[in-house]
Amino acid sequence: MKEHIFPAIRITLVSFIFFSGIYTLIILGIARFVPNKGEGFITGTAEKKYYSNIGQKFTDDKYFNSRPSAVDYNAAGAGGSNKGPSNPEYLAQVQARVDTFLVHNPGVKKENIPSDLVTASGSGLDPDISVQAARIQVKRIAKIRGIAEPNLQALIVNNTEKPFAGLFGQAKINVLKLNLALDQLK
Amino acid sequence: MNTEITGIVLMYAAVVLLAVPLGRYIGKVFTGTKTIFDTLFNPIDRLFYKLGAVNPLKEMSWKQHLVALLTINLFWFLLCMFVLTNMSWLPLNPDGNPSMSGDLAFNTSVSFITNTNLQHYSGESGLSYLGQLVLMLWQFISAGCGIAIAAVVFFAMKERTTDKLGNFYYFFVRSSTRILFPLALVVATLLLFNGTPMTLKGKDTIVSLQGDTMHVSRGPVAAFVAIKQLGTNGGGFFGPNSAHPFENPNYFSNIVETISILLIPMAMIFALGYVLKRRKLAWVIFGVMTVGFLLLLIPTVANEMHGNNAIANMHIAQPMGSMEGKEVRFGSAAAAYWAVNTTVTSNGSVNAMHDSLTPLSGMFAMLGMMVNSFYGGVGVGFLNFYIFIILAVFISGLMVGRTPELLGKKIEAREMKIAMIIALLHPFLILVSTAIAAHLYAHNPQVYAGWLNNPGYHGFSEMLYEFTSSSANNGSGFEGLGDNTPFWNISCGIVMLLARYLPIIGPVAIAGLLAKKQYIPESAGTLKIDTATFGIMVFTVIAIVAALSFFPALTLGPIAEYFSLR
Repeated sequence: MKEHIFPAIRITLVSFIFFSGIYTLIILGIARFVPNKGEGFITGTAEKKYYSNIGQKFTDDKYFNSRPSAVDYNAAGAGGSNKGPSNPEYLAQVQARVDTFLVHNPGVKKENIPSDLVTASGSGLDPDISVQAARIQVKRIAKIRGIAEPNLQALIVNNTEKPFAGLFGQAKINVLKLNLALDQLK
Repeated sequence: MNTEITGIVLMYAAVVLLAVPLGRYIGKVFTGTKTIFDTLFNPIDRLFYKLGAVNPLKEMSWKQHLVALLTINLFWFLLCMFVLTNMSWLPLNPDGNPSMSGDLAFNTSVSFITNTNLQHYSGESGLSYLGQLVLMLWQFISAGCGIAIAAVVFFAMKERTTDKLGNFYYFFVRSSTRILFPLALVVATLLLFNGTPMTLKGKDTIVSLQGDTMHVSRGPVAAFVAIKQLGTNGGGFFGPNSAHPFENPNYFSNIVETISILLIPMAMIFALGYVLKRRKLAWVIFGVMTVGFLLLLIPTVANEMHGNNAIANMHIAQPMGSMEGKEVRFGSAAAAYWAVNTTVTSNGSVNAMHDSLTPLSGMFAMLGMMVNSFYGGVGVGFLNFYIFIILAVFISGLMVGRTPELLGKKIEAREMKIAMIIALLHPFLILVSTAIAAHLYAHNPQVYAGWLNNPGYHGFSEMLYEFTSSSANNGSGFEGLGDNTPFWNISCGIVMLLARYLPIIGPVAIAGLLAKKQYIPESAGTLKIDTATFGIMVFTVIAIVAALSFFPALTLGPIAEYFSLR
C-alpha cells in the first residue's frame, strides 16, 4: 500500500486542477457566448426581467394559472411533493384543488380539468402547462379582463410550443410568456 | 405514432448508434491503439503521469490493481470529508451556505467516491460552489476508476496465461481524460445553449409578474450536469435533480441528458468485444441486457402514460398520464423512460420524482437496481454481469456434465465461492438493512415519525428503495423519506461502501485467478459463450436470482400498493 500513497495523493491533486479547475473554466468561457452569458435565459423588458425557464406562481384569477407547487415556487429550494399515488392525504389535497378550481371557474366540468393543473410538478418550478390546461381557463379570464374569447384562444395558439422538431414529445405553453402576452392584449 | 413514444424511440436508437463507435474508441483507449485525439491527449496524460510520479508502463497483478484502487479511494474520502465539513469558511461560497454535520458529510463523501451520488442534502442550501466542484471531481474520477477496473477484467479475460494485467494509473488517467472529459465538454456545451446556467454568481432576486419576490439559485450547473449524466453519477446540482428547469431546460436537453445516461455503460460492452476481439460475444451480452431493459421499460412507460388509478377514480382527466412529480415539458413517457434508464444503470439522476411514480413503475425502477447489470454503472455494470456469466457457465457445466470453462479457463471451487458471495451480497445488504429500518419504525412509530412521507405499503417502499439504491450505488430515492438523520446517513453510508468495493474486489479476483490458469484451447466439447443459447442461460440465472431474492419484499411494498388502488 505504501508505494501507492504518494501517487494517489498527487494524481488526485492533478485531477482536481484539471477537472474542477480547467474543465470548469473552459465551460465558463463557452458560457460567455451564450445569451445572458450563462446566467440563465431572460425574458421581459430591461427594467423588469424574468427567468424564462423558471416557473412563477400564478394564482391570480386575471392570469393563466400555473401548476400547483410543493414548494410554492421557491427557486432557492426547489422540490416535488414526493406524495405516493395511494396516499389519502395527497388524494384529498388533489380533490381540494379541483374544488377550488371549480369555484374560480364556474361552468367548467370536473372531468375536463386536465390533471397537470391539479398535481404538483417534480421541481415545483414547472414553467409550462398543457394546452388543455390553458384553454380551460379562457372563460374566466375573458370575463375578468373583458377580452373576447376568440382573442384569447388565438393568444393560446400563438404561444403554443410545438413538440420538439414537430415529432418528439408534447405541445406545451410557457405560462410566464403567455401571461406577458396577455398583459399586452387590450 | 404518438409523439411521446416517438421521442423514446429516438432516444434509444440514438444511444445505440452512438455506443457502437464509442465502444470501439474505448477499446482503443484501453489497448493504447492510435486514435485521432492522440496529439491532444498524449501531452495531457504525460503531465498526469509526471506530476503523479507514476510509471504507466509498469504492469500490475490483480492484487496490485486493487490496492492502488482502494488507496486512492481512501484519500478521496478523507479529502472530501475535510472539504464538506469546512465549506463555510472556504472560498467560493457566495450564498453563505453552512458546512455539513459529521454524519451527513460521511454519507455524502461515501456517496460520491463510490459513484453512488445518494443525496441527503439539497444543493441550493447544502453546498458551497467549492463543495459542488469537489463533488464534480469525484463524478469524473470515481467513474474513471470504474472504467479502469473494468479494463483490468477485460484484459484478464484474454486467451493467454499471465498475471500481468496492465497499469492501474494508465487505465484510470486515460478513462478520465480521453473518455469522460471530451464527452462532458460536448454535453455541457449543448446544455449551455439550451439554457442551463454556468456562472459563479450567487442567488438572484427578482419580482415575479404577479408581484411575489423570488430568490433564484444559480451556479456552475452546466459543467456539473454533463458529467453527472455521463459517469452514471446522478447527483444533481439542485435538489430536484434534472427535473429542475435549470438542470434540464427543454425537451432537447432532456434527449441529450437521457442519451448520456446509457451511452458509456452500453459502449463498454462493445469495448469488451474490441479488446477480446469477440464481437459476437459483445452482441450476445448486449442482447441479454437489452431484453432485460425492455422488459422493465415497456410496462413502466405504459403505467405512467395510463395515469394513477386513484386519480382516475376521482373522475379527473389524465390526458398526459400520471403528472404528480413530473414536468410538462418532458411528459410522462419521457419521464418513465428516464426512470428505467437511470435505475438499470447506476446513474440515479431523475427528471421526475420517483416517490410519486405509480406503484408498478416504482417496482420496475427498484428491479432495475436489484439486477444492477442491465447495462449497469460505467465499468462496474459489466463486473456485476461478469458474476452472472460465471454462475451461468458453472450451471451449464453441471447440466452437461463437464468442467465449466470460461474462454479457455477452468472455473473451480475458489472462483465459484467468490462469485456466490458477491451474488448474494446485494440482496443481503438490501433486505437486512430494510428489515432493520422496518423493525425500528414498526416498534416506535412516534419516534421515527419523521422518516416516512407516505403511510402504508408506500412507506415501506420508501425504505426498501433507499437501501436498494444505496446497495446498487444508484443514488436515486423515494425522496419523501426523511433521510438526513444519523441512522439513514450512517447505515446508507455503510451499505454503499460494502456494495461498491466488494463487487469490485470479487470479479477482479476471479478474473485475476482465471488469467493465471493454464489456457485450454477451444475444442468440440467447449461451452461456447457467444451463442444465443448461452445468452438465454445468463438471462435465466439473472431472473431466478432476482426473483428468489426480491419478490417477497416487493410484494409487501409496490405490489400490495398496486392491488390496493384497483
